[in-house]
Amino acid sequence: MRIARIAPKTEALNAESIDLQALHPLIKKYKGKKGAIIPLLQGIQSVYGFLPRAAMDYIAKECAIEPSELFGVATFYAQFRMNPVGKHIIKVCHGTACHVQNANAITDAIAEALGISDGETTPDKLFTLESVACLGCCSLAPVMMIDEETYGKLTGTKAVRIIKNIKIADNQGI
Amino acid sequence: MKKTKVIVGLGSCGIAAGANKVYDKIEALQKVENLEFELKKTSCVGMCYREPLVEIQDASGTYLYGDVDEDRIVEIIDKHIHHHDPVKEFIVRTDLFKTEDNEYVDNQVKIALRHCGFIDPESISDYENQQGYKALKKIQTEKIQPEQVIQTVIDSGLRGRGGGGFPTGLKWKFAFNSQSDVKYLICNADEGDPGAFMDRSLLEGDPHAVIEGMIIGAFAIGATEGVIYCRAEYPLAIKRLQIALNQARKKGYLGKNAAGIENFHFDIYIKEGAGAFVCGEETALMASVEGKRGMPRKRPPFPAISGLWKKPTNINNVETWANIPWIILNGADEYAKYGTEKSKGTKVFALAGKIRRSGLVEVPMGMTIRDVIFKLGGGIKDGKKFKAVQLGGPSGGCIPEYLADTIIDYESVNATGAIMGSGGMVVMDESTCMVDVARFFLDFTQKESCGKCTFCRIGTKRMLEILTRITEGEGKEGDIERLEELAYQIKDSSLCGLGQTAPNPVLITIKYFRDEYEAHIRDKKCPALVCKKLITYTIIPEKCTGCTVCAKNCPTNAISGERKQIHFIDQDKCIRCGLCFSKCKFDAIKLT
Repeated sequence: MRIARIAPKTEALNAESIDLQALHPLIKKYKGKKGAIIPLLQGIQSVYGFLPRAAMDYIAKECAIEPSELFGVATFYAQFRMNPVGKHIIKVCHGTACHVQNANAITDAIAEALGISDGETTPDKLFTLESVACLGCCSLAPVMMIDEETYGKLTGTKAVRIIKNIKIADNQGI
Repeated sequence: MKKTKVIVGLGSCGIAAGANKVYDKIEALQKVENLEFELKKTSCVGMCYREPLVEIQDASGTYLYGDVDEDRIVEIIDKHIHHHDPVKEFIVRTDLFKTEDNEYVDNQVKIALRHCGFIDPESISDYENQQGYKALKKIQTEKIQPEQVIQTVIDSGLRGRGGGGFPTGLKWKFAFNSQSDVKYLICNADEGDPGAFMDRSLLEGDPHAVIEGMIIGAFAIGATEGVIYCRAEYPLAIKRLQIALNQARKKGYLGKNAAGIENFHFDIYIKEGAGAFVCGEETALMASVEGKRGMPRKRPPFPAISGLWKKPTNINNVETWANIPWIILNGADEYAKYGTEKSKGTKVFALAGKIRRSGLVEVPMGMTIRDVIFKLGGGIKDGKKFKAVQLGGPSGGCIPEYLADTIIDYESVNATGAIMGSGGMVVMDESTCMVDVARFFLDFTQKESCGKCTFCRIGTKRMLEILTRITEGEGKEGDIERLEELAYQIKDSSLCGLGQTAPNPVLITIKYFRDEYEAHIRDKKCPALVCKKLITYTIIPEKCTGCTVCAKNCPTNAISGERKQIHFIDQDKCIRCGLCFSKCKFDAIKLT
């Protein structure tokens, strides 16, 4: 069931550590509008990368929405994250076409290389590994998406190499 | 002389295959070498197996190049543009001679996909030049009345392409007959079926066709506001839709007195979904548009009476909308020429899986499934044996090889136990385990169940547990019967389509592939050699040269052996990742 997606604990960030000012344009745009909860949540997530508790409470208060309603919607949809994520999000496609062409091997290889399980973030906060239902690039199966870029016709080795290259590029950038 | 055009296919698959890099390369070459040609963008032409694709149109003809990369494009530009000498070996389609890919193209009838891969989706004038918005113009100039539009759609025989197959015109009539000052129109673009990408390609390739279809629909039923509910996972589709909507607004096709029709006020906005498969169900979709948890509700009242914000609402899917302008322009009879008695027109399929030519195809109803797979798709990859084809995603089922001569129409496909669905067609070969496939789909629906109905919420969970047990070699006698019993209870006791169809993949695989279930349960064997707990990798002593490659690659150090000595796999340590199998150059690893 969808409720199973709720993470055991949400990040205990307090109001001081995040900049709530960034939410003002969002509040201005959606306050009092009908059907605004999903766009509001999408907006919060685009600011912080996830849904921090403090931001949720603040939006609930400012827009006069019950926090329970906000959390209810947030936990229903797969898009919303209750915990911070890594700099790069690796989405390995597990759609039908990818599944029959061994998408599990891709996830296993990446998990092995990064030392994390599906759904986790590396300790250096660089990568988060996720499984997704279908990216709609079935003809290139198996596929993964890192940030906005899609990579097709993968093997475990190829996927790991792509991730290593991103890591190298990142290190050089710093 | 006609100016030479170079057109790059920039759909999502094309971009994933590297089409952006090819485009940039051409742009750079054009600048450096000061080349005389027009560089254009288009979207997916449907030949995804040949991406990235570049088309060159010059005075001598049209040439479509496939599998283009940054190096190949340099050669093509040099030979074709500089020396007027087309590079034959890279051509996948041309109007000058036949190629083996002609089979793929020639057997299709393109109505919904009529512009995909031929026009620049970000240009409204490209669309207008291909008879775009002419259907709307026809309604305006000939003063066609809403009732006539609805009658044309009824006569065309068009049925809902989202999978349900309900007659579109009839649906419109219900909404038309509902009395209300406000009516809504929704385009369902929440394509969540794993293995399906028809709607994405259509929205990316021809957004104006969908928008024009919606405007015509709004005029027919008297809608005032339209919503396109699109998956957030399709950023490119959303971007192109947004561009198209702005263009249509500027040109007056949307807004007050839309398309020049007096007292017809209509506008469309996009609502991004947030990732929930159940939102493809119409009542759940409307709850989601209202900003709530996407949970279905009881029907009646049907959306045509009380839908979005409790107002009359009409919902159709992307492909259905894209067919509308063509039908209005060419007439109901022209559309009904294609197809079978009860299923008219064409259907778009996303061909994927273990097939040689995967991509997007549009075929007339009535073609056999075998023809789609073998004539268009070119048969099975790597010379393997065709086993089954999955239609209808998590709500559908696997049709076995011996039923492949089933024709594509709603009734014939339903008779096999599968459903037509929205158009995902995933081909499976002998190396696909049907129990594993059933488990895969149930894992999906179980996660996506909204939790409202007990049978769907808990029943799918129990079914998944049994299936998991079977694939892990822990199956018991009576498991198949227990699965069937649960399946029928879930079907009978669920409110919405998700629950009612969730057990289908299991029921149908039991129906056609019962022997595979029995092999897993009784013999603890996976005949397709997929289920990890039921397979073993061993080294064939006669073939092993002691090269140590397998041992070096083994992630769990399960392989031992000295250099130039026969190696050995410790079954307790082996995790059956198959790395040794794929790395061994001497075929010395056996999978049983």
